Amino acid sequence: MTSVLLGEGTQGSAEPVESVAAFDSAIAADERIEPRDWMPDDYRRTLVRQMAQHAHSEIIGMQPEANWITRAPSLRRKAILMAKVQDEAGHGLYLYSAAETLGTSREELLDKLHSGRQKYSSIFNYPTLTWADVGAIGWLVDGAAITNQVPLCRCSYGPYARAMIRICKEESFHQRQGFELLLALSRGTEAQHAMAQDSVDRWWWPSLMMFGPPDDESSHSARSMEWKIKRHSNDELRQRFVDICVPQAEALGLTLPDPGLRWNESRGHWDFGPIDWEEFKQVLQGNGPCNEERITRRRQAHEDGAWVRDAAAAYAAKHAARGRGKVQERTETAVDTAVSA
Amino acid sequence: MTGSEGLSARSAAALSDPLLPLADDSLVLSHRLGEWAGHAPVLEEELALANIALDLLGQARALYAELGEEDELAFLREERAFRNCQLAEQPGGDFAHTMVRQLYFSAWQELLYAQLAELGQPLAAKAVKESEYHRDHAEHWTLRLGDGTEESHARAQRAADSLWRFTGELFEPIAGPGPVGEVDWDALRTGWTERITRTFERATLTVPESPQEGAWKAGAGRQGIHTEPFGRMLAEMQHLHRSHPGASW
Repeated sequence: MTSVLLGEGTQGSAEPVESVAAFDSAIAADERIEPRDWMPDDYRRTLVRQMAQHAHSEIIGMQPEANWITRAPSLRRKAILMAKVQDEAGHGLYLYSAAETLGTSREELLDKLHSGRQKYSSIFNYPTLTWADVGAIGWLVDGAAITNQVPLCRCSYGPYARAMIRICKEESFHQRQGFELLLALSRGTEAQHAMAQDSVDRWWWPSLMMFGPPDDESSHSARSMEWKIKRHSNDELRQRFVDICVPQAEALGLTLPDPGLRWNESRGHWDFGPIDWEEFKQVLQGNGPCNEERITRRRQAHEDGAWVRDAAAAYAAKHAARGRGKVQERTETAVDTAVSA
Repeated sequence: MTGSEGLSARSAAALSDPLLPLADDSLVLSHRLGEWAGHAPVLEEELALANIALDLLGQARALYAELGEEDELAFLREERAFRNCQLAEQPGGDFAHTMVRQLYFSAWQELLYAQLAELGQPLAAKAVKESEYHRDHAEHWTLRLGDGTEESHARAQRAADSLWRFTGELFEPIAGPGPVGEVDWDALRTGWTERITRTFERATLTVPESPQEGAWKAGAGRQGIHTEPFGRMLAEMQHLHRSHPGASW
């Protein structure tokens, strides 16, 4: 087989011309890349980074909502919230598994999260101060996540795209429960309505920041679009989200905290006010209200669980050894029987 | 009964129903398991613990719906009006405590609901399948912890010992009309003891020899006598609901 070295793969892998061509044509034809297919090292790295960040966001994202499980104000809401937080753990699990198909273990990724070498979505560095925040997270944060994630169901990497189909179905349910929770509050007592409004006031701008920096400042965007890992630009998705939310806020009887919101007939979109990118930058750099708490708690859970994982591993090893012993014993007995017969 | 002011007539009538202690067991243990969210030692256990908590919450809600208004019964009773066993209300402690608590409880609940299903209690058939799964899950962890490392063995044994004094109450007959009143509690005790003994043997753990119940004559959970952490648990669980009287959520 003739192979020509192209580019500089960090793994030093030779890139056969046919493989590169197959990859390029698969991308061009909108076909899926599968785990055993050849792919450029940078494509692999970009995917691992993105899937890891997504998986980390799911498990860190459990914290602000779990904060209210023990205080949910009705048994129905308690059941819904527990199921939702459980779904997030499940999403984390699929995504870590999808990342494993690229040869990166969950252990390794968790280690990077715990040591701060990989990030999670900055939105989870904001606190859930009232019960209404559970609704605002569902409506706005999960709503923004869906807007971001639906296009990923068509992402070029097969295992990621397939995981996203299921995740998006569940996220869409989460978004509806958040809306419904806020609607009940908005139509409830005066105090409940005020709680809902206060919550939307606090979560609106951070939700818009979830789409990432403006297109001209987004460092990873261009190539991810070229590789069809990403399908739409940050600003496009942000606009789509604003357009979806404005009529929904009206249906909720709540206002969005932006005096600059107005319908722009010529663009066919809602105009909105400037985003405080300085806050985004600060939260991203670790200065958000809960950065320290979230990662400390995650590390703590991991460290507290070390003896449990060790026990499971020790038990499995002991029993595998005993299992092997038994098989050997049985085989020997069978042989003995056969010989003596 | 003390601590039940503010209940509707229907919910108030449920206070002496023999199904109420069972509903309270499920609600309270579900709440305790819910405290683990985000703290589990592995991601798979986040899912498993939430699953068990959701099953138990579902059982509680189905039973409360039979008895009265679920949110009144859960959020408007004070400590003395709750009739759950003290085992269910014990704080999670470390993972070994949580798993041994679950083993003790689910092994009992499985046997109890199997009897209730035979006696024609309509909600028991579903619950018995769930508790079988919960018991199986707890049993597997008891084996891994008991027969895992030196540390896990020590922790599992500590949990087994410290929770043992709450297990006697499980076999105290619950009086009243209907299937619960007809349960054979001695058979339940025998079946449970055999199951736990067998599991502990396989897990290289020692079955505690200490008494299975406390010396206080006032009774325990079934009489509305609880342990100190339970009041704080209820304070947290009920505060939001009680802060907005009459509101719907």
